[in-house]
Amino acid sequence: MIAKLIRRDIRRGLSGAAWLPVAFFLLVATLVPFAIGPDAQLLIRVGPGALWIAALTAALMPIERLIEPDRADGVLDQLSLHGLADEGTAAAKILAHWLSFGPLLILAAIPAGALLGLDREALGRVLVSLTVGTPGLAALAVMIAAVTAGLPRAGALAGLLLFPLAVPLLIFASAFSSQGGSSALLLEAAISLALIALAPFAAGAAIRAART
Amino acid sequence: MSSLLRLSGVTLVRGGRTLFEGLDLNLEPGGALHIGGPNGSGKSSLLRLVAGLLQAERGTVERARCALADDKVALDRELPLGRAVALWGGDCGPALDRIGLGALAEVPVRLLSSGQLKRAMIARVISARAPLWLLDEPLNALDSDGIDRLGKVIAEHRSDGGAVLAASHVALPGTWQRMELGR
Repeated sequence: MIAKLIRRDIRRGLSGAAWLPVAFFLLVATLVPFAIGPDAQLLIRVGPGALWIAALTAALMPIERLIEPDRADGVLDQLSLHGLADEGTAAAKILAHWLSFGPLLILAAIPAGALLGLDREALGRVLVSLTVGTPGLAALAVMIAAVTAGLPRAGALAGLLLFPLAVPLLIFASAFSSQGGSSALLLEAAISLALIALAPFAAGAAIRAART
Repeated sequence: MSSLLRLSGVTLVRGGRTLFEGLDLNLEPGGALHIGGPNGSGKSSLLRLVAGLLQAERGTVERARCALADDKVALDRELPLGRAVALWGGDCGPALDRIGLGALAEVPVRLLSSGQLKRAMIARVISARAPLWLLDEPLNALDSDGIDRLGKVIAEHRSDGGAVLAASHVALPGTWQRMELGR
């Protein structure tokens, strides 16, 4: 059942509006030079951090379709009847969400880095930090999608919850992207792993609590 | 044979209101129980409790593997009906044929009428191959052909050793034990 669910969620993620967060990411990256000005040195300095802010806002976009449609349509109930624990459902959804969102975002970072005039080395660091950080971001997104599922104005609330919780990831990811250094990367990886480990339990509990 | 569903002394509370107390219930293979009662008496909640989606305040629920058809379709709207039902259990062709949807297997779920969706949910229950069926208002939106087919499907399921627990405020096809809630 869990493999079926992952395949289904990837198909839905990619056939739906998978390009939307990526387009949003590129758009934010395009806006940065307009806002900061054409100073190449300055752009290289703020570029990696700006890309991470863009990634964070892009991660917010799909939140409303991660859990709520399946809750409203009874899919989560049926999964539970088919013997899948709610934590298992959440873990499957995290993996499927990352697969339909992470790689595309990492690819999109290449043209986005070019827009900001990042050199090869800086771009390489951004790509590594995105590879390490986006799984944690996906876990956080599913967790918050589960917590806000079924609430009115869930989208706005999700933003308020996601951004503060993503701050530690943002700090170390942009520190590594702009200055390098293995300790920043290790800390980013540790936070990403902690989010991945925590999110299925939090999301599973939220799915259970939302049942009436 | 042992029973497929046994509730002993079950009390269900929702939103601070006690829906029923000390409920005992037993369903053997081949059994069928029709739960009646006025709106809001807890028929649907009883089914969700049996399905494990709600927790009892007191008492124990023991049940075999079950399949549930309530008011939520749980089929992917963008997929053809056949593939959408197949998510919930292997080959669903025979199930669709039995409920009269065989010709619609290639039609996307979002184009189906409410009666066809009800039939699709029954096909989903059939293809889950669970011994215990939980049906919430199974006749809603069904036409007379649909009701006949549902009656046959339920009779076959019972003769194969399955059991059915259905909540409805109207008479169901076939012979049923009856239990009234909220009296």
